[in-house]
Amino acid sequence: MPQDAAPPPLYAPREPIFPRRVKGTFRTLKWWIMGVTLAIYYLTPWIRWDRGPNLPDQAVLIDMAGRRFYFFWIEIWPHEFYFVAGLLIMAGLGLFLFTSALGRVWCGYACPQTVWTDLFILVERWIEGDRNARVRLWNAGWSARKLRLRVTKWAVWFVIAMATGGAWVFYFADAPTLARDLVTFDAPLVAYSTILVLTATTFVFGGFMREQVCNYMCPWPRIQAAMMDESTLTVAYRHWRGEPRGKHRKAEGADKLGDCIDCMACVNVCPAGIDIRDGQQMECITCALCIDACDEVMARIGKPRGLIDYLALSDEAAETQGAQPRPIWQHVLRPRTVLYTAMWALIGVALVYALFIRSDIDMTVEPVRNPQFVTLSDGSVRNTYTLRIRNLTAEDREFRVMLTSDEILRIDVEAEGRVPNHVAVPANETLQARVYVIARPQDAAAAQATTDLRLWVEDVETDDRAGVATIFNGKG
Amino acid sequence: MADKDIDQVTGTDTTGHEWDGIKELNNPLPRWWLWTFYGTVAWGLVYTVAFPAWPLVNSATAGLLGYSTRAEVAEQIAAVDAQNAQVAGRLATADLATLAPDDPAHRYGVAGGASVFASHCSQCHGSGAAGAKGYPNLLDDDWLWGGDLEAIEYTVRHGIRNEVDADARWSEMPAFGEILEDAEIAATVEYVLQLSGQDHDAGLAGQGAVLFEEQCSACHGEAGEGIRDLGAPRLSDAIWLYGGDRETLTQTITYSRFGVMPPWGARLDEDEIKAVTLYLHQLGGGE
Repeated sequence: MPQDAAPPPLYAPREPIFPRRVKGTFRTLKWWIMGVTLAIYYLTPWIRWDRGPNLPDQAVLIDMAGRRFYFFWIEIWPHEFYFVAGLLIMAGLGLFLFTSALGRVWCGYACPQTVWTDLFILVERWIEGDRNARVRLWNAGWSARKLRLRVTKWAVWFVIAMATGGAWVFYFADAPTLARDLVTFDAPLVAYSTILVLTATTFVFGGFMREQVCNYMCPWPRIQAAMMDESTLTVAYRHWRGEPRGKHRKAEGADKLGDCIDCMACVNVCPAGIDIRDGQQMECITCALCIDACDEVMARIGKPRGLIDYLALSDEAAETQGAQPRPIWQHVLRPRTVLYTAMWALIGVALVYALFIRSDIDMTVEPVRNPQFVTLSDGSVRNTYTLRIRNLTAEDREFRVMLTSDEILRIDVEAEGRVPNHVAVPANETLQARVYVIARPQDAAAAQATTDLRLWVEDVETDDRAGVATIFNGKG
Repeated sequence: MADKDIDQVTGTDTTGHEWDGIKELNNPLPRWWLWTFYGTVAWGLVYTVAFPAWPLVNSATAGLLGYSTRAEVAEQIAAVDAQNAQVAGRLATADLATLAPDDPAHRYGVAGGASVFASHCSQCHGSGAAGAKGYPNLLDDDWLWGGDLEAIEYTVRHGIRNEVDADARWSEMPAFGEILEDAEIAATVEYVLQLSGQDHDAGLAGQGAVLFEEQCSACHGEAGEGIRDLGAPRLSDAIWLYGGDRETLTQTITYSRFGVMPPWGARLDEDEIKAVTLYLHQLGGGE
């Protein structure tokens, strides 16, 4: 390279992509998934669920201030956050499973970036026309028509973006109340700022950045690539069938040509702007639209479908020799996917089990260790415990606090003006009470170093109980 | 770019940089990335001018906006004080004996009293209020000068045996080493051991009883039950401020004890005194 030559550019402008409209099996599937996922996202906060007078009636609610997570009949307290951790691990394992079996199927069908970009492209196509019209409009100078189309498109995008940001905040507060507050400008600032930020990101990511988000911002493409192997089904081109490609079917030597007529249909529909015939690429989100596009063309020229198809690398050698690819179940059912499924199911079963065995009384006992014990005038030894009782139900409850131990101990609950050793815990709240346990000087517990005991709380009406083991410190 | 230096293996052009025959491929970043980078540089410059940033010899530049974390903390403290002003004022003028436990002022006092105790009292009485040798345990049911709210408040306000507050609680035990013979002290110790139900020499204790009647009962009571007005400890229980064994009792009687507590009336605000009183009273021994 000559010294005086200008250095190559280190930064490249985005190449605009104008995906063409396509029809087919996978496109239809993607429309359905888009409809369902968008409906779930927008409508979920509006589902009502009656929990009685003391609890919110929103089916799915993340109550940050009250530190509760409501999901239909399930209510998660902060100390049960392991449910959320478990769900996240399941989501991770689910992603491993799908990626090792079907490649970047999450990216291609269900990722919000894909779904919203798809929606934005739909709007774009509806307003500015299909690929050719959009290319023309892009190349044309600014005119009243171009301005009108652009402004219309941006306006619709903006409305979608705002609805997206707007729907998000409804998960964190009572949706109808918040909606009313939002329009009367009584909603908290954080609601408006969240909507503002999410509106901006949706508008920019869906409208302008699109595949750039996947290529430069998202870590998943790299991570997922590491989870795929040669048996993974992914979108690929049967080059042994398609090559050598050629347009001129009636020219001399056309009988040596493969099935690919180089019509560029697969390239024109690609939202990532790549040519799948170049092989697997980092940019490919496996949306499968090129399969639909190619199948359409193959049907028209009277060739079998599947020149571009879900393929596994391991089948390439056999297919090149003219053999049939292995059936799909052999690709999907492998030790690796079975292991992922087993782990996924195990955690799922464990979570469901934990959900069903959890008690609606939850107590913790924290022995006061500073000091470990107090000597009273008559020589008795007193230990103090901080007792926390969580009433996980929607009704106020009264509990009696008791202890069991092999040694003689007396319990004294600090709660003034009530039945001795009874505590009242309001619905959906945590009560903290100080509990004294006293050993008389002549009893063994006062002299020995530690004595095992168990503190119990028992619902006065239902006799439901919960107990926690702890120790009593004596003078020994 | 007529002279593109294309790498043959990947078909990508190179940056032209070469180290020992290894060339750097050029995979250009998107341009919006570059502009974002420039944007952060510009933001950084503006930020360091607007906010405290550049270190100088003794301090750092203050920044044009005049922002200071210290001032912010002071503001927040003032804001919290203002927020609590009403309840604190109510507590300062309240009669503690009639203040209901579910009164906000009561709850505020117990919570705030814990902080007052941690700042001013825990050095001697321990962070858990369990005391130490010579410093009373505040958790138990034994009080030298009284354990009801009024008595605790008085002790906190005026202190014990200090020269600062004229109203401080005051009493003084004589050093009996100057008054009694060693054998007499030993006999008295045996009687005190008997009073508190510990192992003792019954013969010596009999002599000690006579000495106790003469020398000690005026303050500690006929049966060693103590007299609170004088801060004279009860000797017939299981709680000892300095220790109830033979050796420590001998030391106490020979040389006497003189525990001092400073008065907090001048150092704490009215609401702080009431708060720490409420806190102490609910620790488990309040009367």
